[in-house]
Amino acid sequence: MSTLAIDKAGPSRKVKYGSMSRDRAWALRWSYFFLVLFAIFFLTPPIYMLITSLKSSAEISAATNPWWVFHPTLSNYVELLSSNQFLRFFWNSSVISIIVVIVTMMISIPAAFALARMKFWGSATLATGVFLTYLIPDSLLFIPLFKVLGVVQDLTGITLLNRWYVLVFIYPTLTVPFCTWIMIGYFASIPKELDEAALIDGASWLQTLTRIFIPVALPGLIAATIFAFTVSWAQFLYPLVFTTSVDQLVLPVGITTTLIKGDVFNWGQIMTGALLGAAPPLVIYAFLMDYYIAGLTAGATKG
Amino acid sequence: MADVVVEQGRVARATGARKGSSLRNTLGRKSTVAFFLTLPLILLILLLVLYPALYSIHLATLNKAMTKFVGLSNFTFLFKRETFWMVVRQSCIFAITAVVFKALIGFIVAHFVHNIPAKGQRKWRGMLLVPWVIPPAMSTLAWLWLFDPSYSAFNYTLSFFGVGPIPWLGDTFWARFSVILVNVWYGAPFFMIMYLAALKSVPDQLYEAAEIDGANWWQKIWHITLPMMRNIIAITTLFSLIVTFANFDIVRILTSGGPLDTTHLFATWAFQVGIQSSDIPLGACVSLFMVPILAVAAIFILRDVNKRGNEA
Repeated sequence: MSTLAIDKAGPSRKVKYGSMSRDRAWALRWSYFFLVLFAIFFLTPPIYMLITSLKSSAEISAATNPWWVFHPTLSNYVELLSSNQFLRFFWNSSVISIIVVIVTMMISIPAAFALARMKFWGSATLATGVFLTYLIPDSLLFIPLFKVLGVVQDLTGITLLNRWYVLVFIYPTLTVPFCTWIMIGYFASIPKELDEAALIDGASWLQTLTRIFIPVALPGLIAATIFAFTVSWAQFLYPLVFTTSVDQLVLPVGITTTLIKGDVFNWGQIMTGALLGAAPPLVIYAFLMDYYIAGLTAGATKG
Repeated sequence: MADVVVEQGRVARATGARKGSSLRNTLGRKSTVAFFLTLPLILLILLLVLYPALYSIHLATLNKAMTKFVGLSNFTFLFKRETFWMVVRQSCIFAITAVVFKALIGFIVAHFVHNIPAKGQRKWRGMLLVPWVIPPAMSTLAWLWLFDPSYSAFNYTLSFFGVGPIPWLGDTFWARFSVILVNVWYGAPFFMIMYLAALKSVPDQLYEAAEIDGANWWQKIWHITLPMMRNIIAITTLFSLIVTFANFDIVRILTSGGPLDTTHLFATWAFQVGIQSSDIPLGACVSLFMVPILAVAAIFILRDVNKRGNEA
């Protein structure tokens, strides 16, 4: 907008106007040139996944031009999608991610509401604590958690290790802090007058939450849901440590451990599996890009 | 202020409806509700984050069979091992190099995206964020295949330029280069998005004023863009430092720490020692060494985030 305004005011100073617009044109060309370069760098691996997934094993081992498919085939897809093992991984990942999203929302939304609106003893400390928890990486906790799960298993007699459902308890440690944090931000940005009016009209705190906060902060809710889903879908370390039996594995671990057999790499299938594993987050991203990005940038801001 | 008004409104309504209910009662109810709303969160943090974190300190002081207390001998054992110091060095090299390049590339790409006409920006931004969206374990497999010793697509391409086959994952230097490259590839889009959001929040008038004053592009970046984005740059960098320092997926899939343990990070080495060689106390000990660096970064992030909150 503002550049247009300057350009229109230009003719009174012809020389300056000419050089400035020429500079801009060059800057634009350079921008596109470098953007194309970076796009190639960023998109090479996923595109190479797609190329390889369309090749037969014979074509891969023939070592022809790796960047081109001479005899495209869908056999890798057919083989994987008809393999019970692969479908099992997909099923495990889906069930775990969906349950984790639900659990996360059920914990985060009420907590964020309380932290954003009901000032109570220790609420500021708890909000800070939530943020700090978000900064604790999985690689710090996997060893003690492994041991704790083992101890709990011995004490209660409930099998926890090597069961997919244990991940449903563990993943919320990664998703809940961030989701609570961004929901606090979204809730805090809702004008106080709105819930005051509701309270005066006789709504209870819970009614204020369900009738006002959740509908108004729906974009934030969607962003948090996407985050929780993608984090649970992509998680690699916890399932690698806590599950070992083939029928308990989730997609990332399943692909890396079962498709790589000894030194025999069936790359066509591995790439197909990786692409199918990357598909759900990519599809969500393609359709809900704005929410995805909103969630991403909300993490570094408060309120 | 507003709270008081609400409380008065509630009290008025409550006394109207039912005798004997007092201000204290209402407040009591409010904090009880708040307590129950936050209880699941508190339990989760206490049981599954705080307790394991403290428990790992206890674990680190046990012997391998976890039967007796051995004090700090796990730590002194680590200090005497050369591999440990290599892991420390490699973790620092890895995290710092990767974060610097991520920040630089993110900054540059964000500028280019910001430069082009607004209607094309969405498309480019969408395309450039793809590495961040793909689960890292999946995309690292693609990199592993690109680096494959016999069928490497990179070496195939480079051979046209007369550059000999590069042992991407077989040689210490190249393996370190490769894990950093993949990490930069994965993380740079995140920086790009954060910087782009920050760039959009810098008022155009500042640049126009500078342009009229005859500032060149470098002066504009140095005196306007960077100061305006200072806070977001600090938060993003520190946050990325934590994530990169604690990285597991990329190194685990790409090299598993090899060749000769030279690409191990704290996380992957702790996994190898603690889970694969089932020396849980030693593994806990290794991962505990991440704490000081994480704590320092966390303190600075917290300070910046709070500052940002106050500015708004």
